[in-house]
Amino acid sequence: MAIPRQQPVAVVDPKRKHRRHRKRRRVWKDKHFRWVPDGQGDWRVQGYIYTHHHKPKKGHYRGPGKKPPRSALPQAAAVAPAPAVGDPRPPQAYQGAFGVPQATRLLQRAGFGAVPGQAEALVSLGLVGAVESLTRPTGPAVLTGPAPTDDEGNPLAPADAWGHDHLWWLDRMVRTDQPLVERMALVFHDWFATSLANVSTQQQMIDQSNLFRSHCFGSFLDLFRAVTIDPAMLQWLNGNENYKWAPNENYGREMMELFSLGADRGAYSEDDIREQARALTGWRSEWSSEEGEHNFRFDPNWHDFGKKTVFGQTGNWGWEDACRLCVEHPLHPSFFVAKLWSYFVPQPLSGAREGELISLYRSSGWQIRPVLEAILVSPELYESPPMVKPPVVQLAGMLRTLHRYVDTEAWTWLCEEAGQRLFYPPNVAGWDDNRWLDTSRMRARWNMVTYALEGTSVDVWGEDYSTTETADEALARALASWNNPTLREEHRAELLDLARRSETLIVANWQQGPYRAMRQNALLQLIGVSPDEILQ
Amino acid sequence: MSSRKHTCCDGFTRSQLLRSAAAEAGKGLPAIEPGMPDPAGTGLSRRRFLSRSAGLALAVYGASKIPLSAFETGIAQAAPTDKILVSVFFDGGIDALSVLAPVGDPKYSQLRPNLGFAPGAGPTFTEDTRLQWHPAASGLATLHGEGKVSTFPAIGYDHPDQSHFTSRHYYEIGELQVGYRTGWLGRYLDAIGDDENPLQGLSLDGDLSPMIATAEKPVAAIDSVDGYDLWSRVDDPIEAEMFRSFARFGTLPSDSPGLSQVRRASYQTDKLRQDLAGVGDFSSPVAYPDTYFAHKLAGLAAYINFGLPLRVVTIRAAGGYDTHADQATDLEGNLRDTCDAILAFQRDLESRGLADRVLIEMWSEFGRRPEENGSLGTDHGAAGCAFLVGSKANGEMVGEFPGLGNLDEDENLKVASDFRAMYCSLLEQWLGYDAEPIIPGAAGFTRPVLVKA
Repeated sequence: MAIPRQQPVAVVDPKRKHRRHRKRRRVWKDKHFRWVPDGQGDWRVQGYIYTHHHKPKKGHYRGPGKKPPRSALPQAAAVAPAPAVGDPRPPQAYQGAFGVPQATRLLQRAGFGAVPGQAEALVSLGLVGAVESLTRPTGPAVLTGPAPTDDEGNPLAPADAWGHDHLWWLDRMVRTDQPLVERMALVFHDWFATSLANVSTQQQMIDQSNLFRSHCFGSFLDLFRAVTIDPAMLQWLNGNENYKWAPNENYGREMMELFSLGADRGAYSEDDIREQARALTGWRSEWSSEEGEHNFRFDPNWHDFGKKTVFGQTGNWGWEDACRLCVEHPLHPSFFVAKLWSYFVPQPLSGAREGELISLYRSSGWQIRPVLEAILVSPELYESPPMVKPPVVQLAGMLRTLHRYVDTEAWTWLCEEAGQRLFYPPNVAGWDDNRWLDTSRMRARWNMVTYALEGTSVDVWGEDYSTTETADEALARALASWNNPTLREEHRAELLDLARRSETLIVANWQQGPYRAMRQNALLQLIGVSPDEILQ
Repeated sequence: MSSRKHTCCDGFTRSQLLRSAAAEAGKGLPAIEPGMPDPAGTGLSRRRFLSRSAGLALAVYGASKIPLSAFETGIAQAAPTDKILVSVFFDGGIDALSVLAPVGDPKYSQLRPNLGFAPGAGPTFTEDTRLQWHPAASGLATLHGEGKVSTFPAIGYDHPDQSHFTSRHYYEIGELQVGYRTGWLGRYLDAIGDDENPLQGLSLDGDLSPMIATAEKPVAAIDSVDGYDLWSRVDDPIEAEMFRSFARFGTLPSDSPGLSQVRRASYQTDKLRQDLAGVGDFSSPVAYPDTYFAHKLAGLAAYINFGLPLRVVTIRAAGGYDTHADQATDLEGNLRDTCDAILAFQRDLESRGLADRVLIEMWSEFGRRPEENGSLGTDHGAAGCAFLVGSKANGEMVGEFPGLGNLDEDENLKVASDFRAMYCSLLEQWLGYDAEPIIPGAAGFTRPVLVKA
């Protein structure tokens, strides 16, 4: 029987999806070029279909630009595999095998996932060496790979353009060689949650995030003090409207409830809040239509120099004392270690481990790094059940895996729909880690994967896809594009089943290539939205 | 990057940011300027849900004690036959003297040496031949020729305020006061609205317009008119298999809370996708321009046709109108995008037999200074323009064009009609509700005839 060569339009309308896309927002597509690692220790030029969200100018820049140096190749190549020197570990540390799955988990929870070769490189360092390679970076972070751009290929304007602040940070997550610094900055952005909604400029928010970067492994007291007089925080919690004639208690309360001691633990009284507010008086700023709030300074005339009694201690306390008194409070270490723990391990901090972390924190003089290192080598980190990745963590990891960079402003609104617009936490308590997923946010993650796969997905109707690819080959190809993630067995089985089911739908000759191309895209999409990718 | 620099004033973008933040977070507005009013709507609680009966992802404002399931029922049961008022807001203060350019006024070419239009550049305004339409407003001119546009060539209020924020607030609340928490249409909805139908007041811009901020009754905002759709590069029949596998990810056994959370969300997402399949998809009987603004109006027409229980809808016109610099180019593009889409929307309603149910009000917070500035733009002025568009619009000019030879003490165009009088007439003649309890001082305003008998 003759097989019709003509594609029956009634069955498949290839334009359908494109129409759906355009309905949302008109886009313009053309071919761009970029440098991607060739997998053999060098860069190669890759052409890809670029989607403009604004009409591109004629003759606009389409890449690929100057070839990056080999030293800029992401990942592993940069980390010289150390010779096997054994893997000595302290007794309280995780004692199991430290292989690729464990190193991958470490990179997921203490960074933004692994790029090819990176997990293997960490394994060669041993558990402690691997953790210290993250917690003890030297020098300033190096960003490798193409610089971020907006949809038109222009450099970002993080301080001025809407959403570019978000893109600026996302790009750091994608390209940094110090991923834990960015991850800890995100931890403290949530811990000291400040929102641009009540802050004058994007630059002030960026400055605050830089403060988190520079203090993230050091003394918590130093960090606490720096945040207390940070211009963004002074605006957010009215520290610049707190003067001796009428103290504003906003910061005085939250510094104890959310930042250092915790509510309902009997750590402080309403009187302590009022007295802390008095101790914090004196910071002020000016407002102008050009700069918003600016010229932040301590004005002794605004400060209450009288005696204050905080936690039963009386003195002529100022803002530095206010922070110190919180950190010296007997209930602070237990608050600190449990809160830091909760960012890395889903199960509550247990008695013995809690005691260990508290004593590390106390004996180090409130240093963050020793506690962090103890958490990152703890058995719980490797043996605890998975946690849901925050949306930007998932996105940054996907972009790294897929060799995508920040080249579209879509990441801002997609992250917003997924529930995590950077610099806009929902309130002063930060994001709720138990509520990352609902039908709206899951849809946003799905669409985020669709966007991230641009350049990886195959063009169903535009190229000659293999007409003979088997189900196993299809799955292997899709997994390789995702850097061969470890899938749960039942997920791998389901994907293989999908690949086989798809093959049974191929009846006509013209379907051989296009249906296999669609199958590839379906597999790529499902790996991206699988629990394995959403969890860390 | 100079190409990204806004040509509008700083205060404008700042207030935009603050307003949307305040309306969304419902947590009070920081004072950024002494005496600046709080936007209406501040303090409303905001919850999101996906309505099956409407096929839309809604952000619902107010009435926080009512369970979301009640809204589902409310939307399904509300009668979709009410008159609908669609408010289109020219954000930033549109230059009335370009939309209806007074080319026949002897002072015009002197005040607008660079930005002025030559006589004959656009269609003549037949009700006052000193005026001519902006060439990009040809959509409005066409409808005006059919008697479907009532024009206000110089609308405003006494002692005009030239702050975007304050003047817009007055228009939104229908009173010359700061500190109102409800919009003029919000008070109307509070009076006649349903306790369980948030679609009675709908903003199509993602955030709630303060104009429809209520004290009690629920209202809603949507980000997109496109319903609930999962995008991919896969078509049927493979697409169906892909979703089948996605749904199976959702139903496999779990051995941890994190995993079961992902499974639950995957399952529910796929279920909702199936439930809502096609509801958010719409088609239009007429061609719309290929712009996002037009797409939203096309969606709105489809939703009215679908029977969604709407009463008051707000949408921002395409682009921004705070044209302090390079006015000619910006205004041309944005005005065309807006007017072409309005024309298509009206034709759509006509072809579906819905035109008698819908009236469009187009407004801006003020007009612009008659004398152009040194940046090929114009600064904030006083009297502006407004239009009512629809098959039932009376189609007659309200208030005269006062002319450029007789400007106010700030060298701005004088006001020839009061926006609150327009509101009173809209309430009484179109929405069928006494303006007295809604607009303060309503008794003092003469009601222009705005609606055909």
